[in-house]
This record gives sequence, C-alpha cells and structure tokens, in this order.
Amino acid sequence: MRTGGTRPRAAGVMTDARPARAGGAMVEFDNVGLRYGPDGEVLRDISFNLQPGSFYFLTGASGAGKTSLLRMLYLAQRPSRGIVRLFGEDLGAMPRHRLPGFRRRIGVVFQDFRLIPHLSARDNIALPLRIAGVGEEDLAGPVGEMLSWIGLDERAGARPATLSGGEQQRVAIARAVIARPQLLVADEPTGNVDPDMAMRLLGLFEALNRLGTTVIVATHDIHLISRIDNAQMMRLEKGRLSDPTGALRYPPNRA
Amino acid sequence: MIIPRVPVQHRRLLPDRRLSGPTPWVIAILMMLTLLAAAAGIGLARSANAIGDAIAGRVTVQIVTANPVTRARQAATLRREAAAQPYVHSARNVEQSELLATLGQWLGSADGDDPVLKSLPLPALVDIDLVGGDRAGQLARLDALVDRVAPGARVIPHAEWLGPVARLIRSLAWVAGGLVLLMILASGAVVIMTARAALGTHYATIEMLHLIGATDRQIARLFQRRIAIDTAYGIALGTAVAAAILLLIGWQWSDVTAGLAATASLGPGGWALLLALPLLAIALAALTARQTLLAALKKIL
Repeated sequence: MRTGGTRPRAAGVMTDARPARAGGAMVEFDNVGLRYGPDGEVLRDISFNLQPGSFYFLTGASGAGKTSLLRMLYLAQRPSRGIVRLFGEDLGAMPRHRLPGFRRRIGVVFQDFRLIPHLSARDNIALPLRIAGVGEEDLAGPVGEMLSWIGLDERAGARPATLSGGEQQRVAIARAVIARPQLLVADEPTGNVDPDMAMRLLGLFEALNRLGTTVIVATHDIHLISRIDNAQMMRLEKGRLSDPTGALRYPPNRA
Repeated sequence: MIIPRVPVQHRRLLPDRRLSGPTPWVIAILMMLTLLAAAAGIGLARSANAIGDAIAGRVTVQIVTANPVTRARQAATLRREAAAQPYVHSARNVEQSELLATLGQWLGSADGDDPVLKSLPLPALVDIDLVGGDRAGQLARLDALVDRVAPGARVIPHAEWLGPVARLIRSLAWVAGGLVLLMILASGAVVIMTARAALGTHYATIEMLHLIGATDRQIARLFQRRIAIDTAYGIALGTAVAAAILLLIGWQWSDVTAGLAATASLGPGGWALLLALPLLAIALAALTARQTLLAALKKIL
C-alpha cells in the first residue's frame, strides 16, 4: 500500500497537490478486484482512500458494482485480489474473530432495509446497542430520541411488515446511526422516502459527518449530491472507479 | 452450562415458536426407544452376570450306581470328602424329594408323589460349589476324588449347559447397547439437521446480526439455547413415556420369581444410569448444536 510520495495531479475539484498519507486514511483500497465464481471480475483495479470525516457519494449505473463495493466496505465480502485496509488494518490478513469489533464501528443502511421482521421498530433500532452489550437501562434514551427524530415514536412497537416502505427505510437508517459509527455506508438510503424526508435524512448524515463520521452514500439522486457542500463523488463505470483527478486515490489533506 | 443464559431481549431475535417443528417429537421418540433399549440392555447384562456367577463354580456330580444303598453311601461320602477340600466352597446332597418335585413338573405329577415316578431309578446328585481360582485344576482334582469315592459317577460343570444361555443373554445385552449407541447417534444427527435448518431459516437474521457486529458466539448461543430447550422438551416427554412403560413392565415382572427371568432386574446402578441418560442427552444435544452452529457460522464471513 502506498504510504507517501508525490504524484502528478490532474486539474480538478481537488487542488491540493499533496497526496494524503495512506496511514491517515480510514479506508484504503489498493488495486482491488472482486469476482463472484468463475465469471469475470465485477470490480476491477479499484483504488481509493476515504479520509476520516469526509462525505462521499458513490454513483454509477445499475450493475456498475456499487453494492459490491459497499459490501467490501461494510465487511460482508473480502476482495478477490488487491488490498483493503480499514481503520489502518489489512482486511485480507485480519483474523475472522476480529471482524465483529470492526463491524461495530461501521453503520450500514441497506438498499432492502434488512429489518428483522419479528422485532418491533424500537427493537430493530436498539439492535446494534444490544449486540454491543449496552444495558437495557441505557438503551431507552437513545432509542427514544432516534424514534422521535425519524418521526416514528408513535409506531415504536410496530413490526416492519406493518410499516410503509419509507417508514422501514427510516428505521433502517436509525439502526445504522444509533451507535454513532465511525464509518456510515448507505446504499440508496433515500430511495423509498419522499423528498422532505430525504432531505431530513441527508441532514442527519451531514450532522453525523460534522461530528466526525465518514459517510459514503450510494445514490442515483443527482439533486441529493448537490445538497452537501464539500462532498466528493466517486463514480463506478462497468466495475472500474472513475477517478480522473486522482483525488480519490490521493486525496488532499483536510485543512 | 447445558442451556446457555441469554438476555431476554436477545432471545427475541429468534421468533418464539417452540415445539412447532418436528424436532421435539422426533427426539421424544428416540429418547423413549433409547431408554427402553438401555433398560433392556441393563436387565439382560445383570441377568447374564447373575447366571454367570451362579454357574461359574458350580458342579453337579451324578452318581448312577445301581445299588441304592451303595449309591446313597457314595453320595454321602463324596459330600463329606468334597466339603473338606480347600478348593471347595460348599457341597450338599440333593434330596430325592427335590428330584421328584422337579421331575414331577415334567412328567405330569404336580407333587412328585406319583407311584410310577417314585419307582424310577433316580441318580444321587451332589451339588458342589468351587471357590474362585484355577477352575481347570480344581475340576481335575474333583474328578480324581469322584473316581476314588464313586467310580462311574459323572461330573457335570453347570457352565457346560447354562454357559451358552448366558452368552446368548450377554449378546442380546450388547445388541441393546448397540441400539442405544445408534439412537444416540441418530439423536445427534437430528440435532445437527435442526441446527443447520435453523441457520438456513434464519440466514437473513444471522447475516444482519453479523453485519452489525454480533460475534459467532453470540449468535450460536441464541440457537444453542433454543435447540437445547426444544430438545429438553422432547427428552422430558420421551423419558416420561419410557418411565411409564418401564414401571408397568416392572410391576408385571415383580410376579416372576422362577427361572432365568427372575434374575433380570435393573438394580440401583441401572436406575441411576437410566436417570442420567436424559441429562446426558440434553448436554450432548446442546454441545452438538453449539459445534454445528459455530462450524457453520465460520463459513459465513
């Protein structure tokens, strides 16, 4: 993994010519490839660094590999080749028993919500804290606040099947952020909510980002992208990451 | 801990559908058969041992001298001289009345007082119990004694004719033990299939739990607890039915006092083993479930 040095930079949105020190990156992908079975790679030669406290949008056509890339980010998938470093540690060399500790530092909003169907909205939201061993007496406050924030405190006891798609999406987002993750990965998080709720959710992501959470959001919504100042955009095209300025691989140091 | 402790809130991660699947019922049937086979095996083994102990050192000397007075004298002398030998534990003359009563059961005279029966030239019998030790040497010395005291008398070691029966009973006990082993293996296989089926059914939940940071051990404990409880229900049910059957058989058996059947019983050790089997089965099921779950979970990233 590259840890320093300089590299000629193309003109673009990132004007700081100094490449980031890889050791400071929260996520580092170095020539990563991913294949499922004997077919060709769905992701090829992916290299980028995600800096702590940054906000990223991941775009690309359907089938470009966004979800596969996110799966590697939230440790659901190991790369077929290349190096993935997370929080400074090589995922390929990481023993399996250490993965849960890393996963607790990552919040995930799934495209298909993945709420546990026999649990209430309250219990779904509380799940990461319970798994982390937070006592019941310490759960009520944060879970209640989160339910209020997503406007579902009246439906706290409802099961996912009785919630609308948008409500399920909000519960999924609340579950992803309640443990204050260091890295938030969201796959089309606003796909099932109305524009107002989309903006509120984006506001939550932005607030978390201001508190230091690195956020990466996969979306098709171009309007969403324009709402966040200083957000960087990653674009996947046919399994390759488009990085014309080199800013993704060699991001500037933040002021 | 056979049934792991899991916080109440965590238990809700699995839907609460107990005794809904076939597992408890299959385990109940297997447990009942296991206990019945084990009881049969223990009873047969004890019976075989009892027969073995009884026949191992017993010898009957059959004196067939034609003259009844000489025959009686030879029998008395043999009993007296045999009892004085260091390798003999005890010796006794079998009374004529005992012989008549035994023959009467076969020849149709209830009390052995049939005149025809009484007219039969019955041999004189001397039962001799040898002490433990070099059985072949003891028999050789006894043969010599018998040849001297009552020439022409036959020495009949009981092991010669009851031995095959004891071996057959012991073989049946081993068969019962084998059945117990097979049914324990079958129960283990049921638990493994149940654990794998549970993982398949709840795969989405498990994947979700993994992705939010649950450890394999946390997930395994959830399923281990559920499977152990379901299995315990089945084992309790199977044990109750088996206990009822065994008590019924025991009640009927209590009237049997004659012959080989009277030697069959479970004894305190047997009952203790039967009581321990269900607890061992629950522990085995929980351990099997745990190992199966952990092995399966390791295959998921």
